[in-house]
Amino acid sequence: MKIAFTSKGTNWDSMMDPRFGRTAFLLVYDEEKNELTHFDNRAIENEAHGAGPKTAQKLVELQAKVLVTGNGPGENAARVLDQTNIKVYTGAGDMTVKEALEAFKNNSLNQ
Amino acid sequence: MKLAIASGKGGTGKTTLSVNLASYIAKFQKVILADLDVEEPNSGLFIHARLVSKKDKFKMIPEWNEKNCTLCGNCKEVCNYNAIIQLNSIILVFPQLCHGCFACSELCPSSALKMVPQRIGELQYFEDGNLSFIESRLDIGQEQATPLISLTKTFIEENFTDDIIKIYDSPPGTSCPVIETTKNADYVILVTEPTPFGLHDLKLAVGTMRKLRRKFGVVINRYGIGNDAVLNYCVSEDIPVLAKIPNNRRIAELYSRGKLIYPTIPEFESEMERIRTYILRKAYCK
Amino acid sequence: MKEIVVISGKGGTGKTSIAASFAWLGGKDVIVADCDVDAADMHLLMQPDYHESEDFYSGEKAIIDQDKCTQCRCCIDVCRFDAISIRDDMLYVDPLECEGCGYCARICPENAITNEIQNAGQWYISTIKTGSTMVHARLGIGADNSGKLVAKVKNEARKIAIEENKDIILIDGSPGIGCPVISSLSGVDFAVLVSEPTISGLHDLKRVNELVKKFKARAGGIINKADLNIRITGQIEHYMKSENILHLANLPYDEIFTYSMTCGKTIVEYARNDLTTSISVIWDTIKQAI
Repeated sequence: MKIAFTSKGTNWDSMMDPRFGRTAFLLVYDEEKNELTHFDNRAIENEAHGAGPKTAQKLVELQAKVLVTGNGPGENAARVLDQTNIKVYTGAGDMTVKEALEAFKNNSLNQ
Repeated sequence: MKLAIASGKGGTGKTTLSVNLASYIAKFQKVILADLDVEEPNSGLFIHARLVSKKDKFKMIPEWNEKNCTLCGNCKEVCNYNAIIQLNSIILVFPQLCHGCFACSELCPSSALKMVPQRIGELQYFEDGNLSFIESRLDIGQEQATPLISLTKTFIEENFTDDIIKIYDSPPGTSCPVIETTKNADYVILVTEPTPFGLHDLKLAVGTMRKLRRKFGVVINRYGIGNDAVLNYCVSEDIPVLAKIPNNRRIAELYSRGKLIYPTIPEFESEMERIRTYILRKAYCK
Repeated sequence: MKEIVVISGKGGTGKTSIAASFAWLGGKDVIVADCDVDAADMHLLMQPDYHESEDFYSGEKAIIDQDKCTQCRCCIDVCRFDAISIRDDMLYVDPLECEGCGYCARICPENAITNEIQNAGQWYISTIKTGSTMVHARLGIGADNSGKLVAKVKNEARKIAIEENKDIILIDGSPGIGCPVISSLSGVDFAVLVSEPTISGLHDLKRVNELVKKFKARAGGIINKADLNIRITGQIEHYMKSENILHLANLPYDEIFTYSMTCGKTIVEYARNDLTTSISVIWDTIKQAI
């Protein structure tokens, strides 16, 4: 299963980005291959509007089944995600990506 | 005559001036007051009039017809506002982002996006003797003020004759909603206060009026606080100062209670008269 | 690193004057972000040196290349904003009406129209009189005020706060309830709501609070010019209590707001009295709360 994280950097020690739509990076952890890849989302800064839906669309393309983030997607992004089967977990805004994965596995995040 | 009342800075007394000037002029002749600060309309707090009619106001947005859609994705490509997303086999429209350009609808090869109306707010029309008061309120969650401002102006143009004075209470600032409100006003009154913030933001507002090529003048509110920099600026720039409303705590107190000022404060009433005379002269000597 | 934003819903409540006082009190521990980009005023009190500046691009406008245009009027037919008109047999786009949708550019049979990104303002990095850094901006006249420039100012402030290892970002927020305010509120830890005891002040406070509740920030309220109307001050206090907004203080109406501004100083620099003491206490309370 692929788990996505909103992050400020590209590795396990990077801090999570509490935002979704304008997150700097989307990190995707492929559990089966034990691989961490990233998508650089920083160009989204140039979008005046519609950042949420655009990032949500990207998340779908990356084939993530789970999203771990901080504050949660805004209204527009949430509407996109509602159309998919992606499960969203919030509350990891102050952690590193590694800590966020552990928190997800320990069921200590909010859904 | 269309008179817009604007300011660069918020809180300078735009609404105080609009409601008092409109009510004062109504003592002599028919006048229309329109509150175009559709995000935060406050004039109504001071006007007590009879509701004549209420109308829903709409903008046009695309509606997806799943049956006709071939999922070509052309709509998503032509939308410049990220208002259309394609998710596998679904097309999602984001109405708040839509500017109503019709490109997606008209360029769709299979007629799968029809433009339909969506409510953005409400217009209310009140009357009290000579005063007609129109207030438009943007629904919470609607992000664009400009379309509702434009629709309100159209309502006024269609329902009232040209010879009545129309006062537009404008939103604060200098961006799109203010442009929409003031762009074809016959005269714009910029309300300011004699402080450094007031002067700085007045200069921005003056720049905007010059770009729009509007005739304009200034009313200095809370005159007596701060310094003379605003007055000196107007003099050096040849900008007419229509009135100086004195700094008076009683005025602030009356405002705080939602009361009109001119009935009880003579020095305020004389400034309303000064402005009224000026506008009438301007209107007849176009 | 914590973020504090000062907002007000209604203009003229004293938001910027109070934010500037906090900036002074915070001194070198604080990075300042002036996000009131439509009518930025913090610089009038902080004496910035503008040592870095950059252009800001946002929004598009259509431009017609007269050499290629054959006046077929296809563009006029599709423009929903009445932005294209004819003068002396030539077609022009009115940049104030054009919404940058790009429809005309897409369908022009001669490819004579381009949709060009606009220079919508500038943003600056300055050193201010406290020795600290301020990020501020100026939005161009009639420019698209989408919140993008606000986001830019905040992001730059965050970058600097990390580089310089500062604890607090202090944001002078935008007025109203639209996109720029939403952008000001995103990601903050504490929102200071400045209000005044007038009917419109209470009305706008409620509207902006509805917005604040959508973000996970602690909120605190200051009632400025509180002695102007005791009854409404009471109503605001009651409202704040019911909404779990921390009541930071009531400040009396005081011309010191104007006197200090006129001298280019923040209130707390200008004098030492009960009012300035109250402001210091508020600042300490906020710092403790985050």
